[in-house]
Amino acid sequence: MEFLSNVINGISLGSIYAIIALGYTMVYGIAKMLNFAHGDVIMVGAYVCFFMTSRYNMPAVVGILLSMFVCTVLGIVIERLAYKPLRQATSLAVLITAIGMSYFLQNGAQLLWTSNPKVFKSVVGDGGVQLTEGLYVSHVTLVTIAVCVIIMIALTVFTGKSKMGKAMRACSEDKGAAQLMGINVNTTISITFAIGSALAAIAGVLLCSAYPNLVPTTGSMPGIKAFTAAVFGGIGSIPGALIGGILLGIIEIFAKAYISTEISDAIVFAVLIVVLLVKPTGLLGKKISEKV
Amino acid sequence: MKKMKKLVCFGLISAMMLSAFAGCGKKSGSDVIRIGGTGPLTGGAAVYGNAAKRGAEIAVEEINALGGMQFELRYEDDTHDAEKAVNAYNILKDWEVQISLGSVTTNPCIATAAETYADRIFALTPSASSTDVTKGKDNMFQMCFSDPNQGSASAQYISEKALGTKIAIIYKNDDAYSTGIFETFTDKADELGINVVSTTTFNTDSQNDFSVQLSDAKNAGADLVFLPMYYEAAALILDQAKKMNYAPKFFGVDGMDGILTLEGFDTTLAEGVMLLTPFSADATDEKTVNFVKKYNEKYNETPNQFAADAYDCVYAIYEACQKGEVTSDMTAEEICDIMIAQFTTMKFDGLTGNGMTWGKNGEVSKSPKGMVIQNGVYVGLD
Amino acid sequence: MKGKKTLSKTSKNNFITMGGLLLVYVIVLILKEGGITTNLINGQLVPICAYMIMAISLNLTVGILGELSLGHAGFMSVGAFGGVLVGTLMQEVSDSKILCLLVAVIAGGVLAALAGFLIGIPVLRLRGDYLAIVTLAFGQIIKSIVNILYVGLDADGLHVGFIEKPEILEEGKMIINGAMGATGIRKLSTFTFAFIVLMLCLIVIYNLIQSRTGRAIMALRDNRIAAESVGINVTKYKLLVFAISAAMAGMAGTVFAYNYSTVAPTKFDFNTSILVLVFVVLGGLGSMRGSLIAAALLTLLPELLREFSDYRMLVYAIVLILVMLGTNNPKIRDFFAKIVGKIKSVFVRKKTAKEENANG
Repeated sequence: MEFLSNVINGISLGSIYAIIALGYTMVYGIAKMLNFAHGDVIMVGAYVCFFMTSRYNMPAVVGILLSMFVCTVLGIVIERLAYKPLRQATSLAVLITAIGMSYFLQNGAQLLWTSNPKVFKSVVGDGGVQLTEGLYVSHVTLVTIAVCVIIMIALTVFTGKSKMGKAMRACSEDKGAAQLMGINVNTTISITFAIGSALAAIAGVLLCSAYPNLVPTTGSMPGIKAFTAAVFGGIGSIPGALIGGILLGIIEIFAKAYISTEISDAIVFAVLIVVLLVKPTGLLGKKISEKV
Repeated sequence: MKKMKKLVCFGLISAMMLSAFAGCGKKSGSDVIRIGGTGPLTGGAAVYGNAAKRGAEIAVEEINALGGMQFELRYEDDTHDAEKAVNAYNILKDWEVQISLGSVTTNPCIATAAETYADRIFALTPSASSTDVTKGKDNMFQMCFSDPNQGSASAQYISEKALGTKIAIIYKNDDAYSTGIFETFTDKADELGINVVSTTTFNTDSQNDFSVQLSDAKNAGADLVFLPMYYEAAALILDQAKKMNYAPKFFGVDGMDGILTLEGFDTTLAEGVMLLTPFSADATDEKTVNFVKKYNEKYNETPNQFAADAYDCVYAIYEACQKGEVTSDMTAEEICDIMIAQFTTMKFDGLTGNGMTWGKNGEVSKSPKGMVIQNGVYVGLD
Repeated sequence: MKGKKTLSKTSKNNFITMGGLLLVYVIVLILKEGGITTNLINGQLVPICAYMIMAISLNLTVGILGELSLGHAGFMSVGAFGGVLVGTLMQEVSDSKILCLLVAVIAGGVLAALAGFLIGIPVLRLRGDYLAIVTLAFGQIIKSIVNILYVGLDADGLHVGFIEKPEILEEGKMIINGAMGATGIRKLSTFTFAFIVLMLCLIVIYNLIQSRTGRAIMALRDNRIAAESVGINVTKYKLLVFAISAAMAGMAGTVFAYNYSTVAPTKFDFNTSILVLVFVVLGGLGSMRGSLIAAALLTLLPELLREFSDYRMLVYAIVLILVMLGTNNPKIRDFFAKIVGKIKSVFVRKKTAKEENANG
């Protein structure tokens, strides 16, 4: 029973990592850049939703839609101002710019909304389902998992079937060749960012619904954990992000429950290293054969 | 490419030179006493630093409005980092600070305390509570309880009032404040024969999910959970405990203060939570009411214990300066000796306690008040 | 002058960097002794040297070997705590400050090198972002372990504990105290000492790059498969670079720790690793001179931006983004290059005009 309860707790935590990881992996898969500001876009999304629902008493749906809108615009603006001018530069240069962007968003949020922590009102209510004695699944977890699966399927279908999705995949394979085929690489990457940022808004709202502590640094640590989860599942792979996220959550909870809360972080990362040693491109990552 | 880099470097260097020079010559008039402190004004711990800064600002304004002795206050950002705190302190030193308010958080304060000790500048920290801050330094004083004081006082209190038979502890193991209280609590608990059934931890990187910690406490049958931590994490614990249908008594320390004013917090979650704290914003004495009102008007929020401690610091310094007849033309070293003599002999009444005295080791002695939260307000436990 | 070898362009460049560094050191030292520099600058000298060492050592991994590392602060942590531990033990037997510090720095370097060797092993199987995540994981593991590490010293000797704090006698002291880190460190680091360590590291790196080994390493970076096919031992060289780079980071950690009376495990977190990476990328991959300048400027920058008070870190972020755009975007670069060209042509014209005047 205790074991099952730990599994459920692990899935709850993991589903949050998974939903953030989906955004990470989406952007990485297409634009081939580690967007370290992703965690901070999440934070902005959560703040927007918080102000709508808690300050102005709007219904949750309005909060979510508005925060998706704000994040999408923010994502496009960030991409245009900070990443687009560096399309030709090395990936490391873009990485550093993304870090600068992350500092910018965190400090901007602190100036705008102060550093006082805020308690986020869950958008799906506080209740849950009592399966049996001692087994309890909260609504947030159920909703998060459902949303994860929906997003995963939608993204897979979108990138697999739609014209835009095909263009995205073409860009991720070879930007130059895609351009020659008449694909507008810049627009495609901008749209990728827009989608990634909209996903970040949803992730932010769900993150704060599950763990209702909202401060300007809310997104940074879950962001890093989710990045880890994305790599774990094979970065760039959409189902991999979901599986990686959930597994990471379960490993974290198990490490805490059965080994020690003091060194759970060390164990989580040690497991990650071992997995990568066995499968060097993550669980579902594509093995890229090298051209000579 | 190379040229460009050179140009950027050149631009940066010249901008720095300019700002370095702009920083000079800002020294204030000579008839004020310069008080300076460092605290996290940006970053993850910014809420504590800003509160302390604001509390101190209000006190300085009030004192300056009285006429007579005039203070000038300067707070510099240390981002809760020892290295940056020393930088911030050096800036204050360049400004010729005469009395220091140390640093707001523990680790930076240990670093700046070593500096103020070497430079013979008197320092009174509002809230850095570890004994490592004051150890071996005759000119370093604390306004808050020291960690051992809080830990053993909590254990004492729990044992005396027989609040629980089986105790669980959750603490933050990468935080000096939290581990400091935890260690002294368990030492005292052993001594008093308190039955600790579950000890679990969390850290900055994993301070969202407490399901394992709470299950552990619940499965061990703990009827009281001791939470030596700040209120942000405590708010999450209370929330998750309720979702688990786990309702033990919760017992906090002074870091718990502030939980009721957390924006959006459902205060019914905190119903019945006990805490030892020297300050409560709901107190009805004239001093507190006045302070809370001013703070609210000026910053549009309710002050927490950091603000109150910093406010008290400035007033304690003010009293000591008056009694010791400190004048603004004295050097920091002269003031330091006077202040040490005053602080070890004086009795001070402030927001966070009446009749406070300081030992030679710099630790304050004041009695913590046991509080319990009922209907969203603090009620004295005694 | 027959028989005298002419210096290659790179050697010349290296000598210019080292000479420039030495010159800056002498000037700063004179200013400092003369009491001209502010307390702020004086207080920053040792950490700047430590960050410079961090930057050039990471540049060795990222710029020369071509592997992204996101956990460099982990090695700094190993060096800082290992160094402080050994240094404190050394203080028990010797009163000489410089000897204690020297032993501590060497110990910090050796311990970090061991850690670097350890992390170097997975490197052999992983590449790119997967390797980066392993180094990140490694940094986090180090942080968590130091967080629960307790080392106490009393008359009975050393007591080591994990999670549980060991019992020590009344007069004993904790050298490493879990989350509190090491407190009560004697401030032994001096500017001159830190500078000497920096200079040694720089010389080692320059010599390494110019040697046969260095060329093999760069060949690995440029084309691993081609390098392997001509018989370059990938394992050996990668491990070597990781160990050297870690050793230097460890020494930087010890120098850094001995400049403050306290050092906490959380100091060496992901953010610090990223900060050092920013130095390297901003200074230019593979360019030691760039790393040195970027480390110094970016360490000073937040302090000099205090004029902006609340907006300080926001301005810092904007400066960082603008500099990255300015140095990496061809259009913006051309724009600045044009301005530079114009300024230059004005100067040149003036110069020629002056010369003409002088002649005439």
